[in-house]
Amino acid sequence: MNETVQVSGIAKRYGKSTVVRDVSFTLRAGETVALVGHNGAGKTTLIKLMLGLIRPTNGTVRVLGEDPATGDFAVRQRLGYLPESVSFNMALSGRETLRFYARLKRVDATAAQELFERVGLAKEAVDRPVRTYSKGMRQRLGLAQALLGAPRILLLDEPTSGLDPALRRNFYDLIAELRGKGTTVLLSSHALTELEGRTDRLIIINNGVAIADGTLDDLRRIAQLPTRISVKLSQIDAAPKWANGGMNWRRSVDGVLDAEILPDRKIRLLHDITADAALISGLTITEPTLDDLYAHFLKAQVTK
Amino acid sequence: MTNVLTIACKEIQEGTRNRWVLATTLLMAALALTLTFLGSAPTGTVGVNRLDVVIVSLSSLTIFLVPLIALLLSHDAIVGEMERGTMLLLLSYPIGRREIVFGKFLGHLAILAFATLFGYGVAAIALMATGSEIAPESWRAFASMIASSIMLGAVFAAIGYLTSSLASERTTAGGIAIGVWLFFVLIYDMALLGGLVAAQGQTIPTGVLNAFLLANPTDVYRLLNLGSGGASTLSAMGGVAEYTGLSSPVLLVALGFWALAPLGFATVIFSRREL
Repeated sequence: MNETVQVSGIAKRYGKSTVVRDVSFTLRAGETVALVGHNGAGKTTLIKLMLGLIRPTNGTVRVLGEDPATGDFAVRQRLGYLPESVSFNMALSGRETLRFYARLKRVDATAAQELFERVGLAKEAVDRPVRTYSKGMRQRLGLAQALLGAPRILLLDEPTSGLDPALRRNFYDLIAELRGKGTTVLLSSHALTELEGRTDRLIIINNGVAIADGTLDDLRRIAQLPTRISVKLSQIDAAPKWANGGMNWRRSVDGVLDAEILPDRKIRLLHDITADAALISGLTITEPTLDDLYAHFLKAQVTK
Repeated sequence: MTNVLTIACKEIQEGTRNRWVLATTLLMAALALTLTFLGSAPTGTVGVNRLDVVIVSLSSLTIFLVPLIALLLSHDAIVGEMERGTMLLLLSYPIGRREIVFGKFLGHLAILAFATLFGYGVAAIALMATGSEIAPESWRAFASMIASSIMLGAVFAAIGYLTSSLASERTTAGGIAIGVWLFFVLIYDMALLGGLVAAQGQTIPTGVLNAFLLANPTDVYRLLNLGSGGASTLSAMGGVAEYTGLSSPVLLVALGFWALAPLGFATVIFSRREL
């Protein structure tokens, strides 16, 4: 896979405060990466650095092989950006707004009009002034301008904030479609639960430092967070052999056994449990959620 | 260049949509018509060419109104877009910051030019309609008055861009713009006059007076329009103009400098600004 964005040893200081320090990562074509961190962790600053809107104090940024802050603007033609809480001139209509941005990106205006359908902006809304738009409609217009000219890299800052659940799904379908075409998508978010299963990779930022970088499975493996297993016994007072194997099983009144188990012992235990299928009537396995992972890495950084 | 024009077109589009163009044109036309018919009433139908009278009164109007409109349009141009968050998105496009400033300036200048041309043009047409005889030289003076009014607008638009690129908040930029207007339009001349009175008739060297007059774009404009032709005798500016000996080309260059220098500074400051 070819690399589209390379960030190495980057730092950004504003006066005395350091917003980003020593962050390095590489993004590849066809990859969807989530930049996760609480408010003010440095996500937006990182995105601005990748856009070349600000210059790093230390380190280098390469986007499609070039420095985005200098050089010609050819790189930006292949870049789509959706700022956090995007805003437009209120007096112009959606169509006029998109036409303006299409002209700046040298994209054919008729091709731009098709984007309205793709992001699901209703036909009757397109010619109304942006002033009358709801937050969701504005976000869709923002997404439409980011998609102008089939960009190779999409940088989306909090793209789903303010979208209702249906729109959110719609949005992730669009992202999946773009990933299929080889677009690099970087989205920043702090809504962790919705990222599950929708991103290839996670970069966790805290206080300007990248504290974790990897696929969801990688991070789970590193974190060694316990999996929660709960077994419903077919007979309430049964005492299966596996239930006294040194683990802390909690038994509730209705015959449900609960335990937290580390990943390396998970498979063997599951094997034991399911060996005698007659004993159990139900089995639930809860993997650690992204929220758990995030909390784990934050805590790990504090104790380091 | 395409980018500059794209930005300029958008600025004009916004101006027509939020009624800026309409409002300024109507305001200028209304004031111009009032001055044309009320202002020339006392002179009656004496030998003086009526358009010359109009030029004198419209020039005085321009000095107050055009800088104000230009500053109102421009003080918001950069800092306002930054505050609304639209600048961030715009800068992520393949466009240079210089192109943004020049494009916006061009757009605002077009709005000003439109308002001046049509607002003042109405006055001249109304004079013609009432059957006044207008000499060709007066027409020429009228045309140059409109052109220099637009230039004066350009000067204050450029100053507005400079305040807009310096200020960190819209309200600050607005405050500075009002201060700039008060200084150049009202305070400066009063202070200059006060200085001359304090000098108690001692002759002031021409060079010093020239420097003082060139240091204020509204005075440059005043000399340019009231210092020669039929208007000079009407406005009593002829005496000053003769004394200073500043010719029209010099004055034009001065106005051009007053427009380009602040715009250049605005571009440099905006280019260095971090978002």
